Amino acid sequence: MNEIKDIDSEKVIVTENLTKRFGDFTAVDNISFEVKRGEIFGFLGANGAGKTTAMRMLCGLSIPTSGKGTVAGYDIFKEPEMVKKSIGYMSQRFSMYEDLKVWENLELFGGIYGMHDKEIKTKTDELMDRLNFEKERDQLVKSLPLGFKQKLAFSVSIFHHPQVVFLDEPTGGVDPITRRRFWEMIYDATASGITVFVTTHYMDEAEYCDRVSIMVDGRIEALDSPENLKKTYNAKNMDEVFQQLARKSKRKAD
Amino acid sequence: MIEVKNLYKNYYSEKSGKFAGIGNPKLRDGSNSVPLQGLGVGVSFSVPKGEIFGIIGPDGAGKTTLFRILTTLILPKSGTATVNGFDVVKDYKKIRECVGYMPGRFSLYQDLTVEENLEFFATVFNTTIEENYDLIKDIYIQIEPFKKRRAGKLSGGMKQKLALSCALIHKPTVLFLDEPTTGVDPVSRKEFWGMLQKLRAQGITILVSTPYMDEASLCDRIALIQNGQFLKIDSPENIVNQYADKLWAAKSNNMHKLLEDLRNNSLVKSSFAFGDSVHVSVDNEQLTIDGLTEYLVNNKHKRIEIHPIEPTIEDCFMELSNSGTNSK
Repeated sequence: MNEIKDIDSEKVIVTENLTKRFGDFTAVDNISFEVKRGEIFGFLGANGAGKTTAMRMLCGLSIPTSGKGTVAGYDIFKEPEMVKKSIGYMSQRFSMYEDLKVWENLELFGGIYGMHDKEIKTKTDELMDRLNFEKERDQLVKSLPLGFKQKLAFSVSIFHHPQVVFLDEPTGGVDPITRRRFWEMIYDATASGITVFVTTHYMDEAEYCDRVSIMVDGRIEALDSPENLKKTYNAKNMDEVFQQLARKSKRKAD
Repeated sequence: MIEVKNLYKNYYSEKSGKFAGIGNPKLRDGSNSVPLQGLGVGVSFSVPKGEIFGIIGPDGAGKTTLFRILTTLILPKSGTATVNGFDVVKDYKKIRECVGYMPGRFSLYQDLTVEENLEFFATVFNTTIEENYDLIKDIYIQIEPFKKRRAGKLSGGMKQKLALSCALIHKPTVLFLDEPTTGVDPVSRKEFWGMLQKLRAQGITILVSTPYMDEASLCDRIALIQNGQFLKIDSPENIVNQYADKLWAAKSNNMHKLLEDLRNNSLVKSSFAFGDSVHVSVDNEQLTIDGLTEYLVNNKHKRIEIHPIEPTIEDCFMELSNSGTNSK
């Protein structure tokens, strides 16, 4: 989908045999992959396949049991705090403080990530202008329509210009037009060099990624561009690819 | 069997800090205390016995409000609704006996085991698991190996199966499922819809809501809902057939620029990414596929492919929704 985008060969995420066990249950089982700068990397899998656990390790929130991993050049074992500073995160559930105004949220998150007041102010003005949010600037976040909230949550997650942003099912529950507008924002972010790591249950969205990995029972069963995956699995869309792979799951309990 | 006439409900949502509900959104301010009458105030529809009727729309459209009125958990402000001929206000006790309800949020007892939850719901309705086991067998059998596990420790897919079993254990004739597949992966979603088809075959009427438009085709009839109002009620086939514009799928070597260039063409009504292509809707008689191809060639696109396609429910929803008007 992104042939003009000059994907830098620099690797922003590298994992090698990354594993997480809880007791005798192996949630993430020896996964190895690389994500390049400016890439949109789709991280798919059935419920319980291990996506959330893997993502938590990459965000520096959970220490792996074994293997290796670096995010934005920092070791996820030894430097989880540096990892946290270099990434952005957005999920469907937690987005922003609903009882704060739009600009207050930006100031809060900018401050947490160590941005200077002056930079926060300039970037807030810039963002309000770009999103056409001048009217909403002084409103409480809870009064915004869902589509606005989502746009804003994404903007907040990349406000400190992280090297990579993790999006955990960012488009759940929104109407089809807002969902597509959201992806257009993702493209704009990658054009400015931000790497995007995204999970979704919408298989049409898998097609918008540069490369897609599909996890089954803690392992990465397939990893390639959507085009190549469709060829390999002789499928007409990503839903068919997903159905073929996820049905192999033996992990009944989850 | 469900019969809904001019149903209206507005309320102040603490969560969103504004008015929400079902029915005409223009009437939703706090000052409105007079019972509302007349056409165009509320929503109306009916669901015959044994039909799967889908309520399809995004978060905040009013789906849950509608479900809560029909399951007698909240009162409508105006309009009427009956389930199996019982009025949702006057005969609420009768309705509670004959309907099954699976709320959007997992609402079983997390600290009880799978088996204990099922037993509890059976007992509340004066029945036993054994008496109605036939109805839930196909679904329950898949989670039976884990019957000693606490419900809170189940995965999403298993919670969903347990919740459906609990909603069915008293042999309801009408089933209300509020977003049963939200956040569920595509494989489990397909399985879940398979179960619903089997229940329908046993004569159970099903009202089901979903934000996933691809599930619409699995319903007998659907209502597309946005901002408290129905955009359309019909069978999925009829909705697709009534799509008014020409619809083409377009591809080129540069998909991002393709979207931009298509939107800059004044003869194109709207264009949005759909999987690996862009869906282009055109209501202008003059624009042909050849004409559009030529336009794209002039804008330096290569490997251009444009061909007419059948609209999906998602295309129809986008065409009908208000936000579609400024979608260029």
